[in-house]
Amino acid sequence: MSEPMSTEDAATEPVPDLFAPRTPVDDRWFDDDAGPVVRLFSMTGGRARPADDGLFDLISLVTAVAGAEQEATEHPLAPEHHAILALCRDEPLSVAELGSYTDLPVSVVRVLLGDLNDARLVDVTRPVQLAQLPDERLLRDVINGLRAL
Amino acid sequence: MASAHSETSALTGTDAPTGTEPARQGPWGNAALKILVAGGFGVGKTTLVGAVSEIRPLRTEEQLSELGRPVDDTHGVEAKRTTTVAMDFGRIDLRPGLALYLFGTPGQDRFWFVWDELARGSLGAVVLADTRRLADCFPSVDFFERRGIPFVVAVNCFEGTEVHAPQDVRAALDLDPQVPVLLCDARSREDGKELLIRLVEHAADRVRAARG
Ligand SMILES: Nc1nc2c(ncn2[C@@H]2O[C@H](COP(=O)(O)OP(=O)(O)OP(=O)(O)O)[C@@H](O)[C@H]2O)c(=O)[nH]1
Ligand SMILES: [Mg+2]
Repeated sequence: MSEPMSTEDAATEPVPDLFAPRTPVDDRWFDDDAGPVVRLFSMTGGRARPADDGLFDLISLVTAVAGAEQEATEHPLAPEHHAILALCRDEPLSVAELGSYTDLPVSVVRVLLGDLNDARLVDVTRPVQLAQLPDERLLRDVINGLRAL
Repeated sequence: MASAHSETSALTGTDAPTGTEPARQGPWGNAALKILVAGGFGVGKTTLVGAVSEIRPLRTEEQLSELGRPVDDTHGVEAKRTTTVAMDFGRIDLRPGLALYLFGTPGQDRFWFVWDELARGSLGAVVLADTRRLADCFPSVDFFERRGIPFVVAVNCFEGTEVHAPQDVRAALDLDPQVPVLLCDARSREDGKELLIRLVEHAADRVRAARG
């Protein structure tokens, strides 16, 4: 498709059962065998990505590159990949937010983001790296931001 | 905005891409920081996160491997490969390009390794305390003291509880004199803001003290 994608197209894009109700509070602690393992396995091809490779930290910020959703049609991607692109099209979202909004475990989101990153469909910004002694200007910046809330 | 594919590491700059960089909105780039909200079970962590956040508190699930982690609880880890841990968090946009995330720490001792993961790279922590169950926040205080992470202690004043002076709480927790102790209502946005400001000021004081 050569036409620029309109927002209407994006709004009608199917987003299957990703926004089902979140886990009830009482189920906050559950074991690995309690999740929808088969579904997650097929989505990620059973791949895992080490959490500590650092690129997809919980607060790494992800933004879809311009035109990503259109370009994405050229890649073999799951609906969940498209859902992630749609979510971070207009503003950067953290890995944690993407996990929450897609109702997917962060470990799965990391694998999906790895695919999107390989396909150059997203920009990823690592968290501010805090030194042992953080920069005082940064701290000042944070304090001013908080005061202005 | 032409957006180049890039992976930038704020502040370091050493692995900055050689091509076009995305527009940077400040000296720290487009990046995020985090602060933890810790304390005993039901002390008001999620309430505080929600009170100061611009989004309603979100929950996300992180699967973490326990393999290779030191087993430091008496029950052992029962050879589990991964554990799914849910975390509540919120977000504050400090200014365009600088987001602050608040994470409520999971409150169970069995999940210390999650705390390690969460605490890595954090700016600091708010330890919530309830004077009716002050001992519940000992593990949190210990955790942040041992790791040298700046923290403040916030006494959540549930109504009907006797109001304790901050210095009594300080003494009971055996805190360093520099650690701020404040009284708060975890439901109050203003109180939450004040706590965070005091925390970051405390972190800045420590930096100044260390630099001499
Ligand atoms: N009256 C009053 N109630 C509060 C206050 N802070 C929290 N609560 C209530 O106390 C209960 C527990 O608060 P949460 O914020 O869920 O506590 P939590 O620390 O996140 O709890 P866990 O995550 O389960 O450990 C909720 O019903 C809150 O509405 C407060 O300052 N005053
Ligand atoms: Mg909670």
